[in-house]
Amino acid sequence: MKLIIAVIRPEKLPDVLETLYRMDVTGLTATRVQGHGGELERVETYRGTTVRMNLQDKVRLEIGVSDTFVERTVKAIMDAARTGEIGDGKVFVLPLDEVHRIRTGEVGREALTPVGIDPHLETVS
Amino acid sequence: MNAADTTWMLISTALVLLMTPALAFFYGGLVRAKNALNTMMMSFVSLGCVGVTWFLLGYTLAFGTGSALFGDLSMVLLRGVGLDVAPGSTIPKLLFMAYQGTFAIITAALISGAVVERMRFMAYAAFITLWSLVVYCPVAHWVWGGGWLSRMGALDFAGGTVVHITAATAALVAATFIGPRKDYARQAILPHNVPFTILGAGLLWFGWFGFNGGSALAANGQAVLAFVNTLVAPAATLLVWTALDMTRTGKVTAAGSATGIVVGLVAITPAAGFVSPISALAIGAIAAVPSHFAILYRSRTRLDDSLDVVAAHGLGGTVGALLTGVFADKAWGAPVNGLLFGNPRQFLIQAVAVAATIAFTAGVTLALLKLVAAFGSLKATSNEEGLGLDFSQHGEEAYASGDGALLLLSEALPRSAAQLSPSKGGLL
Repeated sequence: MKLIIAVIRPEKLPDVLETLYRMDVTGLTATRVQGHGGELERVETYRGTTVRMNLQDKVRLEIGVSDTFVERTVKAIMDAARTGEIGDGKVFVLPLDEVHRIRTGEVGREALTPVGIDPHLETVS
Repeated sequence: MNAADTTWMLISTALVLLMTPALAFFYGGLVRAKNALNTMMMSFVSLGCVGVTWFLLGYTLAFGTGSALFGDLSMVLLRGVGLDVAPGSTIPKLLFMAYQGTFAIITAALISGAVVERMRFMAYAAFITLWSLVVYCPVAHWVWGGGWLSRMGALDFAGGTVVHITAATAALVAATFIGPRKDYARQAILPHNVPFTILGAGLLWFGWFGFNGGSALAANGQAVLAFVNTLVAPAATLLVWTALDMTRTGKVTAAGSATGIVVGLVAITPAAGFVSPISALAIGAIAAVPSHFAILYRSRTRLDDSLDVVAAHGLGGTVGALLTGVFADKAWGAPVNGLLFGNPRQFLIQAVAVAATIAFTAGVTLALLKLVAAFGSLKATSNEEGLGLDFSQHGEEAYASGDGALLLLSEALPRSAAQLSPSKGGLL
């Protein structure tokens, strides 16, 4: 099991969600965050006060997936979130020790798999 | 000069001026957060660019004696527009000029609803400034300045054709010519602040008492009638609109209610001083239906009239102008009766006025858009749309947190800043 954390552009969120849903990745958490990578400074002026906005608005996605889903999830995010400009974001893949589904008490892979999908599905489309 | 009339017209002028900031809130709430300032600025800028051109040139083009089609240059730079009483009224010429100026300002600002979230700001400002001179001023002359529509007997109390049909026709042409937003019909585009929209609708209603009540140009019975009709008609529209909402979704929507109020205000505008309050109730109620269904239909088409200027102002204005020809009543001070009171010809005259206004506005607006497009792109780039027009056009954000922002001294602007500043689309 892996925890995938992706930081993406807010305007690419609808595209990413659409692609993930098409890949049957339906369980995720999205948070509005501010961050800074290697992008150019964004300069704004408010009544004569000129400021450099160091932090850019981003969306952070957290997705816990079973091993068979890692590759397709990462690929979906990479493809849908890319504009080719600096500031497209990052995808981090972390090991995940345990998952508990609060409603049923299921543990591990059963807890990760959305309702209605076979948890023992091995093939990656 | 009559002191009571002058007082009422001073107040009315201020009330109508308030409608432009009100429109900024109405429209500003309906767009996404990243375009909120730009959308509000599209209304606000009209206070400057259309206001100044009105004082310099627009007023004489609209209200100079001229011919049946155009005014003249007799009052250019406000020459002869002084504190003496305007002929046929009891208020100073200068006040009449200022009052009419607030109409020119809001009419141009209304167009912005069709092109928000994508039209480049400088191109927009140039467009509405010229539009006001070549479309609004001639049509105002036709109807109020002694031009051919008034000679034909067309009734337009406070600007159903002059204000709402011209703005909506221009909106339709501009939305079609500029094209849809890149996300239109691809992603959900939701209003970011419906309370702003409700605030705007409320302030529009408040200002509209000056718009309609002031169009009597005196503190008299006709002003009272127009004022009360401005209260009655939108109330009826609101009720019918919410009923239509209920039958479709089972819920009354707030954004829909705000829109319904504006449609009612638009519809009663041409009729306000000519019809009985019960007729106003009928006009308000009837006007809700076509606009309500037009909004539902429009959102399924490729026409990205983003904030439904055509459905609200075009259909509302047309219904109001035609129904003025139905409900006009000499017993309530109209110069002629309408269809309902035995004068079917008035309905035809109203229809001709509407058709002529639409045809003239569409043609001239299209030519003007092509002219402005020759000096620079009308549409923001796809990248600028993605970043939002607040940042790309104004270098500000409506809801900047300021977290992590570094103060820059003006002489130390980083060179890289230029790389992220919006690309120039040409001269404008």
